[in-house]
Amino acid sequence: MIEPFYFKTRFHLVKLLPVKAKNPTELLKGIKNVPVSSIYYHTHRFLRQHHYLSPEPPNDFAFWLTNILNLRELGELFAGIDTVSYRKMESLRAAFIKILEDYLRVHGSNVECAEAYKFHFMSCITFVLPTTYVATNPGEFIEILRKVSIDSLYFHIFEAKMRLERDENDFSAWFKGMGRMKTSREITRLDPYTITLEGLRKKIIDIVSRNAEH
Amino acid sequence: MPNISRYIPIVGQGVIDELHFLGEKLEGRKIQNINSTAVGGGVAEILTRMIPLLRQIDVDAHWDVIRGNEKFFTITKKFHNALHGVDTEISSDEYEYFLEVNRQNAQDISAWGDVVFVHDPQPVALVEMKQRIKNKWAWRCHIDFTHPQSDIMNFLRSYIEQYDSAVFSAPAFSRHLRTPQILITPSIDPLSDKNKDLSAKKIDSELEKLGLDRSRPIVTQISRFDYLKDPMGVIKVYKSVKRYVDCQLVLAGGGATDDPEGMQVLQEVKGASVDDPDIHVFFLPPASDITINALQRASSVILQKSLKEGFGLTVAEALWKGKPVIASAVGGIPLQIAHKYSGILTYSLEGTAYYLKQLLQDPGYASKLSANGREHIKNNFLITRHIRDYLLLFLSLYYRGDVIDL
Repeated sequence: MIEPFYFKTRFHLVKLLPVKAKNPTELLKGIKNVPVSSIYYHTHRFLRQHHYLSPEPPNDFAFWLTNILNLRELGELFAGIDTVSYRKMESLRAAFIKILEDYLRVHGSNVECAEAYKFHFMSCITFVLPTTYVATNPGEFIEILRKVSIDSLYFHIFEAKMRLERDENDFSAWFKGMGRMKTSREITRLDPYTITLEGLRKKIIDIVSRNAEH
Repeated sequence: MPNISRYIPIVGQGVIDELHFLGEKLEGRKIQNINSTAVGGGVAEILTRMIPLLRQIDVDAHWDVIRGNEKFFTITKKFHNALHGVDTEISSDEYEYFLEVNRQNAQDISAWGDVVFVHDPQPVALVEMKQRIKNKWAWRCHIDFTHPQSDIMNFLRSYIEQYDSAVFSAPAFSRHLRTPQILITPSIDPLSDKNKDLSAKKIDSELEKLGLDRSRPIVTQISRFDYLKDPMGVIKVYKSVKRYVDCQLVLAGGGATDDPEGMQVLQEVKGASVDDPDIHVFFLPPASDITINALQRASSVILQKSLKEGFGLTVAEALWKGKPVIASAVGGIPLQIAHKYSGILTYSLEGTAYYLKQLLQDPGYASKLSANGREHIKNNFLITRHIRDYLLLFLSLYYRGDVIDL
């Protein structure tokens, strides 16, 4: 008996935290102390906002270090972090802390931005909502995936794994449960952080279609 | 006011369905908005459009207005200035009178809503009723809170911290408060006269009236004639670009005729443009929304070179019309533009001129920026998103934790 796949979607309500940074030292202090939902927010916000035509800016920290403090090397280290390989947000936080501590040991905190360009830490409340879409087989899954909102796609790929800290994204888990290990593996192997959400939708549809034929 | 279904072709059926779903989750809860004016000003404008839309998705939304006399509003105007960082003396008698008027209104209006949603500082002290009524209270700050004077901030803090949530329009406005702070950005209405689609014929006729040449690129800044919008800087930018690209500049905006500084800025701008027939300065009367809409749609590039800005929704208006925008990285503008992704953010006249030349000469790049910009506005700055955020805010008052399964 195959469990149906219930498509869900999600919304965020953004919380402002009274924590700001004007240099790498303050950024480090902030990253150490803010709730983990803030690390999630700053590493996944762009993915929701610019998912159509351009390549994604990697995360808010990298964007700020590169474009505001002009610390290109440090910004690149933040951008290059392999987010998909982290299972827990706390591990990702630890990775950011290590990069900053290593950098500060060598370079010190010698760059500051003006008041108007400070980094503002935020976090979010996630609301999970049901949709009317339910798939009971790969064919239905493909048809539904073609039309669900990108918020739904986002929820099952990113939110499920990084926010709800499930072992893998919901799609891979469902195909694994059906015994379709190849489909599951191929979806797991995608790096969703380096393609647009529309591109990701196409790739998943392609993987499921290709493997459904076998 | 349009029916909510008219937004479906713009944002999709799914978005409107989601609003209905969230509205149902608030079933049985009365949402009582309270502000200080029924007409005039941004808050009244937002509530006028939003309350009927909320009711269409079955939210039991209401709107009450507090009453105050001239003395009260003179005091709250002082509050407004002090919150904007202007050095303002407010006496203890004035604070006392402010509270007296709030307490009188508390008796007249009564806070009968399950959620009482108070807008701006004028009615902030109504929250004193909360202890007695035990309902949910949220305070919505619509103004720039970046550099408030400490006295007024300390006075307001004692009331804001009695609310269950405080809502601000930009991250820079957040303060050290015990109350949870929520970010809800303003929005534009795609069906308003300023933003609705216009036919090519209508755009042509509006521009013909203004005497603009449609065969050459038009660069436009829409703003009040105000030093903080830097119109003189915009003229310098245009002149440095004009040497390489044959374009026209439009500076258009309204303003109060009894504002002496505005008239002075207008005269200076006209003086600086007198020797160049390609600089067009339009002082527009109120109710010129269609003209502004047409000007934005006919432009090749839109500038917003402000030195200071509240939220700067003219940027969202331009991006929504699919126009490439170059804007200063001030106020709420960086929320609307990610540099080189959905527009260009600049910090100087030189940088603005450099990017203006680039966008005028590389329409392919400009159109990619503007396509991203329009999607960004569609996803984040339309009135439907604003309504959704308010619904989520109201719901959040009834749950704990960072993940809420509805």
